[in-house]
Amino acid sequence: MDGIVIIGAGECGTRAAFALREAGYSGSVTLVGAEPHLPYERPPLSKPMNGAVEMKVICARDALETAGIDYLHGLSASKLDADAGTVSLSDGRLLRYEKLLLATGARPRRLTCPGAELALDFRTHADAEAVFSRIDAGQRVAIIGGGLIGMELASVLRGKDVSVSVIEAAPKPLGRAVPQRFAEQLHARHAEEGVRFHLGRGVAAISDDGVALSDGSMVPADLVVSAIGVLPETALAEAAGLAAGNGILTDACLRTSAPNVFAAGDCAAVAQPRGGHIRYESWRNARAQAETAARNMAGAAETFTAIPWFWSDQYDLGLQVAGLPQPTHQSVVRPIAGGELEFYLDGGRLAAAAGLGIGNGVAKDIKLAEMLIAAGTNADPAALADPGLNLKTLLKSARAA
Amino acid sequence: MTWVSACKLEDIEQEGAIRFDHGGRTYAVYRGPDDSVYCTAGLCTHEAVHLADGLVMDFEVECPKHSGVFDYRTGEAIRLPACENLKTYPAEVIDGEVRVALG
Repeated sequence: MDGIVIIGAGECGTRAAFALREAGYSGSVTLVGAEPHLPYERPPLSKPMNGAVEMKVICARDALETAGIDYLHGLSASKLDADAGTVSLSDGRLLRYEKLLLATGARPRRLTCPGAELALDFRTHADAEAVFSRIDAGQRVAIIGGGLIGMELASVLRGKDVSVSVIEAAPKPLGRAVPQRFAEQLHARHAEEGVRFHLGRGVAAISDDGVALSDGSMVPADLVVSAIGVLPETALAEAAGLAAGNGILTDACLRTSAPNVFAAGDCAAVAQPRGGHIRYESWRNARAQAETAARNMAGAAETFTAIPWFWSDQYDLGLQVAGLPQPTHQSVVRPIAGGELEFYLDGGRLAAAAGLGIGNGVAKDIKLAEMLIAAGTNADPAALADPGLNLKTLLKSARAA
Repeated sequence: MTWVSACKLEDIEQEGAIRFDHGGRTYAVYRGPDDSVYCTAGLCTHEAVHLADGLVMDFEVECPKHSGVFDYRTGEAIRLPACENLKTYPAEVIDGEVRVALG
């Protein structure tokens, strides 16, 4: 039996390998990862303890062995032949598969300006070590990109007494993934913490002195970090003739256009019930899609329906977002201790929710909101706005109805 | 075994939890839907996250970060990524006061 091959040993590929066993799959499972380490978690990379970047492994070596997962590290896939059902690895070996999962993830988007090679990426354990090993208190760091990664990094660096400048081409930071209300609150907090913002300006060039901006001004820096987003790793799939756009295109069951080939996680753009494809870049999505893909490779035919959810920690604040808030949604705000929740209604139905508070203070309510969204609840805006009304009560009445 | 007073029963929401710090350690004290009380180690066994910030439903608590789930009566890890059980401690209510037996 040729078994199942998984390309990519990040959160998604690794979760899928174990989920295959949980689904009762007894054939061989081969997990191929390009990095030299055991599979590790990426979220802790931006939170070094005492200056050292943590290597938090997703699973110990003996857990892989116990589950009968053949883990090949330090290898990438160089060619996929979907007709023959084979994948070639960078060391020249050829693996035959019965089913293949592409969990190739994403890679940092690179700047193209002169001196771009001087900017460090922030994606892998090696990237995090390169950044934190070169940083000392009193230094100046320029972060290019005011998205979640750039802003999380800014908050960690301010905690290390590093002078931080954030350069963002858009007029506001966090404009893409974070609802406007909370993007503004986080922006204000960063400004209070002394982060200098250079907004609405592009990068003309990077040099040893710092970053030259498109308006001719200069941001002096000892270190430049590039955090301008990621691109899905689609090269292997595209070279094999699989349909791809912003990600490897899949149907709702996470099947690609090639027979027996699935895709999940950061690299996958998944067909939506109302048309189009959506690609998510989050820890939970990587795991949730891994589980659906694994069950489907083991014989099920489940559609992927999980509600998107992510968190971001900046300073002592925790942001959580469930669902996809849209500008067209009706907004309802509920104050809570140390923060706020915002609910997003689409024609009376709860479609999304977000919250910003101290630590994990919004977690309980966002989880309840997620369950209300999943239940397809038509929510009364007055009830959602009332901090005295427990969302659990709303959920129980929605479930009883 | 040392019994210590953690809080009043009314300090904990029904089907809820609060964080309780004692002797340099952190615990979570729970009030079940039937007003029974329980105590576990305060931090998720997957990553050091305070479980009392998580959602309590029936007799389960969900980690507020990574959605691991535990049965707080037994400490059993019942949903990934949590796979190591939580340590539990005896708890009781006496005259509206929640006491827990630590150490």
